[in-house]
Amino acid sequence: MTELAHALQDGAVIAKRNIIKIIRVPEILVFVLLSPIMFVALFAYVFGGSIDIPGGSYREFLIAGILAQTVVFGATFTGAGLADDMQKGIIDRFRSLPMSRAAVLVGRTGSDIIYNALSIAIMAGTGLIVGWRIRTSVGEALLGFALLLLFAYGFSWVMAYVGLLVPSVEVINNASFMVIFPLTFVANTFVPAENLPPVLQTFAEWNPVSAVTQAARELFGNLPPGSPEPTVWPLQNPVLYSILWVGILLAIFVPVSVRQYKRAAKRR
Amino acid sequence: MGEIIEAQGLVKRYGEVTALAGLDLVVSEGSILGLLGPNGAGKTTAVSILATLIEPDEGTAFVAGADVRNHPGDVRKRIGLSGQFAAVDEHLTGFENLDMIGRLYRLGRPHSRKRARELLARFDLTDAGDRPVKTYSGGMRRRLDLAGALVAEPPVLFLDEPTSGLDPRSRIDLWGVIRELVDHGTTLLLTTQYLEEADQLADDIVVIDHGREIAHGTADELKRMVGGERIEVTVAARDDLGRAEAALAHVAVGPIQTYEHTHSLTVPISGGASVLTRALRDLDGAGIEVSDVGLRRPTLDDVFLSLTGHAAEPETAGTGRETAEVGP
Repeated sequence: MTELAHALQDGAVIAKRNIIKIIRVPEILVFVLLSPIMFVALFAYVFGGSIDIPGGSYREFLIAGILAQTVVFGATFTGAGLADDMQKGIIDRFRSLPMSRAAVLVGRTGSDIIYNALSIAIMAGTGLIVGWRIRTSVGEALLGFALLLLFAYGFSWVMAYVGLLVPSVEVINNASFMVIFPLTFVANTFVPAENLPPVLQTFAEWNPVSAVTQAARELFGNLPPGSPEPTVWPLQNPVLYSILWVGILLAIFVPVSVRQYKRAAKRR
Repeated sequence: MGEIIEAQGLVKRYGEVTALAGLDLVVSEGSILGLLGPNGAGKTTAVSILATLIEPDEGTAFVAGADVRNHPGDVRKRIGLSGQFAAVDEHLTGFENLDMIGRLYRLGRPHSRKRARELLARFDLTDAGDRPVKTYSGGMRRRLDLAGALVAEPPVLFLDEPTSGLDPRSRIDLWGVIRELVDHGTTLLLTTQYLEEADQLADDIVVIDHGREIAHGTADELKRMVGGERIEVTVAARDDLGRAEAALAHVAVGPIQTYEHTHSLTVPISGGASVLTRALRDLDGAGIEVSDVGLRRPTLDDVFLSLTGHAAEPETAGTGRETAEVGP
């Protein structure tokens, strides 16, 4: 218990440091926050015309998908931040201090909640501009945003682990694309999963990103009227399935990341 | 005085490369041990093991009574580490860096802030304390980094090449600070490839090469190992070389070397300044005009050369850190 308290206490110190950096170097946010906006524009105006959502509007369908994609992409920020720390001498200082061995990770994933909240807010604003609307209650909408943030947090730990494995910040972007592209595109994010070929459809149905998207669509009231009832359990219970995945991700990636942090002495 | 650092048989391998091949180190409380060696000799590896950054493959080490392998957390409470490359966050101010370290030592907010201001003042960084570190000069970063190692007033301090890449003035300033620390009872393990630095600061010097100790002693003892003192004399006229050699023969304890083109002689002696005085009197008595004369003792450079068969390559500023980095 004291170990957890120390991890949180020291993690808060590290998170504060990370936030100061974001405030002093806001440029680092510009591109990561702009790319989802670009995606909205791209899908809404370029592909949108060619993708038919029976009984609904594509832009309304799209935004939940982009929000899910945004939080998955946002995890790259966690990985890059850690890879950057690991490359610099400061990590040796941290490792020589009597601080919690989990603090650097707890602090990084913690400060990235703020980053993710910011990118969700920017995305939602962009969505509203292109015609997306929330058609449910405030409570449901908040639940939708909370679920997105929770999933973002879980996925942050995945990329935290990747960030500790790669030798430099440059590698993290390439490495993360290998994970992120299939996860965010072979899903119901941009097109209805029913339109995919059978093998991909099965992947998409069980893909947690699909569940998060489905949950967000339900909670924001963006499911096109008359869309077919999901036939698989994950999409019938998207909120539960998403939370389950967050639990699985944390159960796996918190311990392996902490172990990797302890081991990843700068390779001399 | 007790032994505050005791390491025995430290071995560390990285694949085919043996960074440490069985190193023993003993440091008494309140003293400075200089770990001297060229690039890649294993200095940083040794410090990293003692500071619990990496685990040895073999061997044991105790720092301030705690076992680095089994109780690294206890070691960390009692040490400060300042590395080869300033381990400070350049987006934070000097104050924020020190305060962060204080909070991570769990000093508590008021104590941590107070300590940060104290250290800034002590390291002459008060004016720069509220500026981001990226605006600092190299010497200022090093001072801040050293201040960071002192936040919790640890009894044992590891300084890994604290002055590499600094200009001579900053280096001498930092030496002053380091001496002051030890005057207050801190035990210091210092790695360096600057022989002069070890000579200036260390009570005890361990020379390592290829991961093992090749010599151990005080600076004087090491210098004695490679032979004694000598007088170097330059005469005004080349024709006087032969007569000078004859005049100095009785103070020489070994063969005299003469160098025609520089008009100079090197005379091995024993007895220091009094012998030099006698030699000068003899030269004067023989009517030989001397243009330059000096008593020269071997430098640690000579020691290094004779022990390792190669010179201690001085590191130039900006040399890459010794990490194996993969990737683009």
